[in-house]
Amino acid sequence: MNFLSDPVTFIGNWLTGLVASLGMPKETAAAWVTGVAVGILPLLAMLWVLVLIWYERKVIGRLQDRPGPNRVGPFGLIQPVADMLKIFLKEHILPAGVDRIPYNLAPILAVGGVLGMWIVVPFSATVHGVDINVGALYIIAVGAIGTLGIIFAGYSSNNKYALLAAFRVVAQLISYEIPMVLALLVPVLLARSMGMNTIVQAQPVWFILAAPLAALLFFISSIAEVGRSPFDLAEAESEIVAGFNTEYSGLKFGMFYVGEFLHAFTNSLIFTALFLGGWQGPGAEQFPILGFIYFFLKTVVVHFLGIAIRGSMPRFRIDQVMQLNWKLFTPIALAAFSAAALVEKLAANLGDAARIGIHILVNAVILGVVLLIGSRVFKARGIRLDALAERNRAAVKLSMEKSHDS
Amino acid sequence: MILDQVIFLITAVVVLTAAILVVSVPKMIHAALWLILALAGIAVLFVLLQAPFFAVVQVIVYIGAIAVLVIFAVMLTRKAMQDDGPQLNRYSVLAAAVSLMLFAVLTGMLLSWDGANNLPVNPAVNPDTIVNLGESLTNPQGFLLPFEVASILLLAALVGAIYIGREHRAGKEEE
Amino acid sequence: MTISWLYIGIFLVVSLGLPAVAIILAGILAPKKPSPEKSIIYECGVDTHGETWVQFKAQYYLIGLVFLIFDIETVFLYPWAVAFDRLGLFAVLEGLLFIGILTGGLVYAWKKGAFEWA
Repeated sequence: MNFLSDPVTFIGNWLTGLVASLGMPKETAAAWVTGVAVGILPLLAMLWVLVLIWYERKVIGRLQDRPGPNRVGPFGLIQPVADMLKIFLKEHILPAGVDRIPYNLAPILAVGGVLGMWIVVPFSATVHGVDINVGALYIIAVGAIGTLGIIFAGYSSNNKYALLAAFRVVAQLISYEIPMVLALLVPVLLARSMGMNTIVQAQPVWFILAAPLAALLFFISSIAEVGRSPFDLAEAESEIVAGFNTEYSGLKFGMFYVGEFLHAFTNSLIFTALFLGGWQGPGAEQFPILGFIYFFLKTVVVHFLGIAIRGSMPRFRIDQVMQLNWKLFTPIALAAFSAAALVEKLAANLGDAARIGIHILVNAVILGVVLLIGSRVFKARGIRLDALAERNRAAVKLSMEKSHDS
Repeated sequence: MILDQVIFLITAVVVLTAAILVVSVPKMIHAALWLILALAGIAVLFVLLQAPFFAVVQVIVYIGAIAVLVIFAVMLTRKAMQDDGPQLNRYSVLAAAVSLMLFAVLTGMLLSWDGANNLPVNPAVNPDTIVNLGESLTNPQGFLLPFEVASILLLAALVGAIYIGREHRAGKEEE
Repeated sequence: MTISWLYIGIFLVVSLGLPAVAIILAGILAPKKPSPEKSIIYECGVDTHGETWVQFKAQYYLIGLVFLIFDIETVFLYPWAVAFDRLGLFAVLEGLLFIGILTGGLVYAWKKGAFEWA
């Protein structure tokens, strides 16, 4: 074990040795070192947000044909630090009539609900928080805490807009949790485990190959779970001011954004671990640092896709968001999961390559059927719209003729 | 392990306090909030019982879904933030007496039960309890019937909810 | 395994404590000049009209219920998926029947217009 191939384990072992030399049994020392490391990880994740904010602003800026932050420090790198210092020194305005405890708890839950997911993420072959056997469900469970934060913020603010926004967002979040949980079920099925590390180890062939539909649904649902464009109904400023955080100020307001930026990245981490093989790659077992790099690069690609979508899509309406979920995503997720289960059982005796081929084929068939039905529905709707437009044109023409006559 | 017991005692106090507050705070929405704390405490108890799957399900289903539903339901009423007046009616003493009696009976039963004092030290089952659970859910000798009946029950709940919800919608629409 | 959950407990406490400490710190650093004008609730520059906690439409509750039912269903399927290697074809079909019955519920909700947001 040397420093270059696996730095985190190396430092961990070194620290354990150091603590043990103070006269502590080796196991106890290891437990203490792990405990402290576990305590430090959220801090690192929080600081990572500074980089995420800079990166995202830069990418969105480029997408919109402007340079993004470029004044403070080289390439504007110091900009988020300056912003953070500024927001730290902003007054916390306590609006009249708020329900104090939930009001103050909401931003904490919004961040804590995202940070809590990091403990089960396997960063490399040797470095993973904890490998509990319910890891995948744990992520969903912790995500529910963030939902609570939004409800708290909305109802405790004593503001109609905030309350309305919170209800909308929560309706959206819980709705998109269904296809997300169903899509998550497919990698669990393929790996026969809910442990995140086991799921990654089961992917010499990435699960996105065997379950492209589930991967797509998971990706879109996770964007909806973060509440970003095109699902950013919570920020429909023309309808509901700033959304559920209208009455927040200073760092309490900032925390909701810390939560959002971190959530987008965390979801990319989880997507990579579930569908893109996590840290898997050539040489990742021998040199865990390579696995870490692979994991990071894949995550950055997924994260970039999310930002690109955010920068280029217009916002849905609430009814569209709901119908998209319940009439399209949920049925597809149910079909994709049922098909995956059937294929896994019926083709259990075939080789890996053949089974994955059948998985792809079945996914393609489901997608084809959905597209076929979808195009029919839209065609029927299009014809109706055409008829309506025709009638409108006729009416306008008639009224014009009338006015011409008089 | 001492730490287990300390965590258990703290959690138990939190759960009981939260549960008492659920039924005693005057505002309905606050009752919903205390309920969330009580449910979270139950999840910790599941972890202490070495049932992590149920702990996670407790959080997903009870906090993530039922608590949200309760808050939605409270918001459907007009009195979400108003005091509902005194929490006790004239039968409170009688109800307390009945509750105490029930508690005494349950405690007595538990104390006279063998299992309360002789816990199985190391149950000889597959350590991966989730696999066991999954297997028994679809095993005809296991819980197949309850499993399928549960889906019918869920379906019935769905149909009933939509029926009632639709009727309500026809009456009054407001956002 | 219990030690893993101890770590998770520590992690969750730190995760919740970190933003809390940051907010408290910011509260100490930040200026405090409350005024009645500042603490007015935002509503386009005028005082809030009527009660804030307005009654919501039943649609939200309905969506919540449908969600709850599908959530429970999916959670049931997780141990089933984990134990997949030890299930026979019959057991797999039972799982699919379970999904099928609830898909019926989805179709019913769809036909009754529970997903029409109007």
